[in-house]
Amino acid sequence: MREQLEQILKRGLDEISSASVRDELENARIKYLGKKGELTQILRSMGQLSAEERPVLGQLANEVREQLTGAINAAASELASKAAELKIKAETIDVTMPGEKVEFGKKHPLSIVLDEIYDIFSSMGFSIVNGPEVELDYYNFEALNIPKNHPARDTQDTFYINDNIVLRTQTSPMQVRTMEKQKPPLRIIAPGRVYRSDAVDATHSPVFHQIEGLVVDKGITMGDLKGTLDVFAKKLYGNDTVTRFRPHHFPFTEPSAEMDVMCFNCGGKGCRLCKGEGWIEILGCGMVHPGVLRNCGIDPEVYSGFAFGIGLERIVMRRFNIDDMRLLFDNDLRFLKQF
Amino acid sequence: MKMPYKWLNEYVKIDVTPKEFASRMTMTGSKVEGWEQIGENIENVVVGRVLSIEKHPDADKLVVCSIDVGKAEPVQIVTGAKNLKVGDLVPAALHPAKLPGGEIKKTVMRGVESNGMLCSIAELGLTLNDCPYAIADGILVLPEEYGKPGDDIRKVLGLDDVVVEFEITPNRPDCLSMIGLAREASASFEQPLTLPNPEIKNAEGDIRDYLDVEIDASDLCPRYTAAMAKDIKIEPSPKWMREYLRDAGVRPINNIVDITNYVMLEYGQPMHAFDYSCIDEKKIIVRRSNPGEQIVTLDGQTRNLADNTLLITDPVKAIGIAGVMGGENSEITENTKMIVFESATFDGPTVRVASRKIGMRTEASGRFEKGLDCENTMPALLRACQLVEELGAGKIIGGIVDAYPVKKQQRRIKLEPERINHFIGIDVSRETMEKYLLSLGFELDGDDIIVPFWRDDVVGFADISEEIARLYGYDLIESTSFAGQITVGGLTPRQQFDRALAEGCFACGFSEAKTLTFIGPKVFDQLRIPADSVLRKAVVISNPLGEDQSLMRTTPIHSILEVMARNYNFRAPLARIFEKATIFLPHLKEDGGVDLTQLPVEKDILTMSMFGGGDFFTLKGCVNGLLDSCSVKDYEYLPCKDEPSYHPGRCAAVVTADGRRIGTVGQIHPEVAKTYGISTEVYMAELDCDLLYALSDSKKTYHALPKYPAITRDLAVLCDKGVYASQLEKAIRRGGGEQLVQVEFFDVYEGAQVAPGKKSVAFALAFRSPDHTLSDAEIDADMAAILKALLDDCGAVLRA
Repeated sequence: MREQLEQILKRGLDEISSASVRDELENARIKYLGKKGELTQILRSMGQLSAEERPVLGQLANEVREQLTGAINAAASELASKAAELKIKAETIDVTMPGEKVEFGKKHPLSIVLDEIYDIFSSMGFSIVNGPEVELDYYNFEALNIPKNHPARDTQDTFYINDNIVLRTQTSPMQVRTMEKQKPPLRIIAPGRVYRSDAVDATHSPVFHQIEGLVVDKGITMGDLKGTLDVFAKKLYGNDTVTRFRPHHFPFTEPSAEMDVMCFNCGGKGCRLCKGEGWIEILGCGMVHPGVLRNCGIDPEVYSGFAFGIGLERIVMRRFNIDDMRLLFDNDLRFLKQF
Repeated sequence: MKMPYKWLNEYVKIDVTPKEFASRMTMTGSKVEGWEQIGENIENVVVGRVLSIEKHPDADKLVVCSIDVGKAEPVQIVTGAKNLKVGDLVPAALHPAKLPGGEIKKTVMRGVESNGMLCSIAELGLTLNDCPYAIADGILVLPEEYGKPGDDIRKVLGLDDVVVEFEITPNRPDCLSMIGLAREASASFEQPLTLPNPEIKNAEGDIRDYLDVEIDASDLCPRYTAAMAKDIKIEPSPKWMREYLRDAGVRPINNIVDITNYVMLEYGQPMHAFDYSCIDEKKIIVRRSNPGEQIVTLDGQTRNLADNTLLITDPVKAIGIAGVMGGENSEITENTKMIVFESATFDGPTVRVASRKIGMRTEASGRFEKGLDCENTMPALLRACQLVEELGAGKIIGGIVDAYPVKKQQRRIKLEPERINHFIGIDVSRETMEKYLLSLGFELDGDDIIVPFWRDDVVGFADISEEIARLYGYDLIESTSFAGQITVGGLTPRQQFDRALAEGCFACGFSEAKTLTFIGPKVFDQLRIPADSVLRKAVVISNPLGEDQSLMRTTPIHSILEVMARNYNFRAPLARIFEKATIFLPHLKEDGGVDLTQLPVEKDILTMSMFGGGDFFTLKGCVNGLLDSCSVKDYEYLPCKDEPSYHPGRCAAVVTADGRRIGTVGQIHPEVAKTYGISTEVYMAELDCDLLYALSDSKKTYHALPKYPAITRDLAVLCDKGVYASQLEKAIRRGGGEQLVQVEFFDVYEGAQVAPGKKSVAFALAFRSPDHTLSDAEIDADMAAILKALLDDCGAVLRA
């Protein structure tokens, strides 16, 4: 019987180790360890043994069973991991094939920069106000110190609806509309479309966008104007941006200035981009004219303020290196999708 | 305004480079546009004397000249010119030379060496006006006193100056003059200013015997000053004057005309000279035009005058349009013997209107319309008389006629150094402020600043502040952050909503467009909009760029269809575009006309359009998603057959439960699409942004997640083809009761499996109770109720 057991162990281990699929392994288990298996039968016949032999061979038989069971389990887990590996291999795909198309729409470049400008001024406590594009001559001109037949009207070729109504040539009327409605402290920007009767070409469009800014409070200084717009320029163009304020004239601000930034291209040496000047004009600004404050019922002896007007298209064109303004209004998807 | 550097130096000594000059002037408020080195395209051209002229051995039309150019050896130059004689002084371009037309090099002409070129005026970039002694086609023969052989031609002809071009803002007409600019330069560089002090030395007679002036419109002509000269000899003005005028951009003509132009450039006061013999009855009257009056101007054109044009007249006729242009009938000619100089001021807007009406902007009108200082007329007039004497152009008649009804008063403004310092954010002493003001010609009287006559733009505290700030230097003002009360700022809920709406469009694959807001009247026909439609009542631009841009749009779809067409033409296989498009809806009068006594209503319409990659239901799905994302609920789609620009069978009105119109979704009418050149199906949605915002539910509250599972049932019903899916859904919801939590359409079938005229429509239903798991029996009861409702409402039955 001892021999029988040792043979079973040897044959069993051989069969187990040679099993290459799960079924063969299961057959081996049934053959030796199943209800009618060879080892099971031997164990059943243990009763016939003498009292001396029984514990010895019983122990041996148990050892054989444990060894076979262990071998089967080991082989089974090895087969399982082999099978998993094969499955993984079979599932391999060409990951360089294209993904399913999900196309997001793109924000217009004008909106990209406009939203940035909103965020910059929002963070400084400015609100955003909107107003009409078809505007009263009073708000667009007269309340801004530009009476009828004033030469300053020459610089803004105006679309007229009738004697009293124009297409606004600037967002500045929003200064007046805001000051008429709200009292200081005021910090607003007023973005929007404006109109000038320029024929369309690479640098002109009869419709373009401006952003007006207005701050009115007690004790506002020209230094505050410089500080605010300097921060704006740095946030828009980067911290190392250098600004320059130079005297200019607008009928509705006094003193007036234009803000230039040092040419990004040549660093102020002068190049084609800045037409040799080393500086690029960004916006017009100034201290709100006392007459304008008065027109809006704000006492210039008590309050002061500053205002500015930014041309959006020029900033956008420079930002994205766009050389033709028409592209902004053509809405060619090949253009829009680039942003 | 062009300013020759040499001319400036007559009044103030400035010896910095043009770049430094430009930079400082710009920073003190006189913006320099650029500068030009006159004669920079001329090099190695000298004065030469013709020593000999010999026939070219091999060419009849050429001669070989020997030219003394101030060197040991003469230079041989071949030329084709016929006007040369031995001894002439001529400009000689020597190898290698530069001329405005190109480079000149040594060459061999028909076998004879030529070491340069003798130049005509054109070759030097000049005209007969600049060199009246020259001939047009031939070598320029220089007057003997101009120079000697070897002299640089640029020096000889004054082609060696720098001309600085200023951009003068409309508030500073005083700077449209050499003296004005010199004053600014003097203050900017802290250099003394020397001004001319014109005097008449040899006057004869009394002007009152010859001329009387009457102002009939003193509101439009505050001052009219006149002087006279006799024994006039019309000839070219001297070289120095011609060169100054040329460099300042004014064509030299003759001594009298040049004097008027010279004084205008020097003083900023436009002058006019009349031929005295053409003035009837020794009298000049300044008056408004009579109805229907005409005048022939200097340029020979007959001008119909608008009412209230200000005229210079004599008792018989008009002799000039005030401030714009003189009349042909009193023009200075070669035969002029006696002249009247006019130096006057006219109302700016009147001049501006007159010059616009006749479409003529002149150097004079451009100055007058900005409003000129009437105290400036007298010195300018005296200067003109002085120049007549200096140039030997004639004899001045004694006295001046000065019609000046109301003497101008000088303005006084209080000097408030502390307030200025606070306003600008600087700390400048009173003494320094006074120094700045004095350097600009202001005077001081205790606490008062006396504003110079020529500074009508300075009216108050803010203007004085600017004078101080610009001379102190804007760049030295410290940048500060403003104090004061706190403001909240940021986007309003509406602005946040608009942003979210755009984000929704991006997520649906729609790219943002920005279009122009103009349309033309033909667009209405193109869009099949009926003749009586209110959409045709648009705001009309009175001076449009063209008819197709003459109206403010009342519908957003034209602009977007143009964009779609453009992309279609670029062969984009699919396109999705949206714009938050403003439309302009005028108020209407009772008779239906446009009421432009008030501003139109401006409305934003979210306009989405697509072609390719989907159909009506794709766009509808996007719209649903968008409405869902902004929490708009309780709306439905109603079939809409009467939107003229849309396909009548593929268009829906989006309306709220209470009947308000949110917008339209549909396919653009194929006939309309065709007019845009789009031959595929193009879809469009228009949504009213204001209404969407009003409907959007920004308050979001959490509802507990369901505790019990939903039970689903599919339901297919048979009904007439004409029954809408939305009607079936409504019936199902009505019958389903509270436990029916979801109804989803998933299929429609028409064809062999169902009877003709019928269709089968399938829905997935879900039932749920908040407090227990529903039993089959409960759902069966609900389903029975649903089927009853379907039968009652739509005649639909369960599909077998």
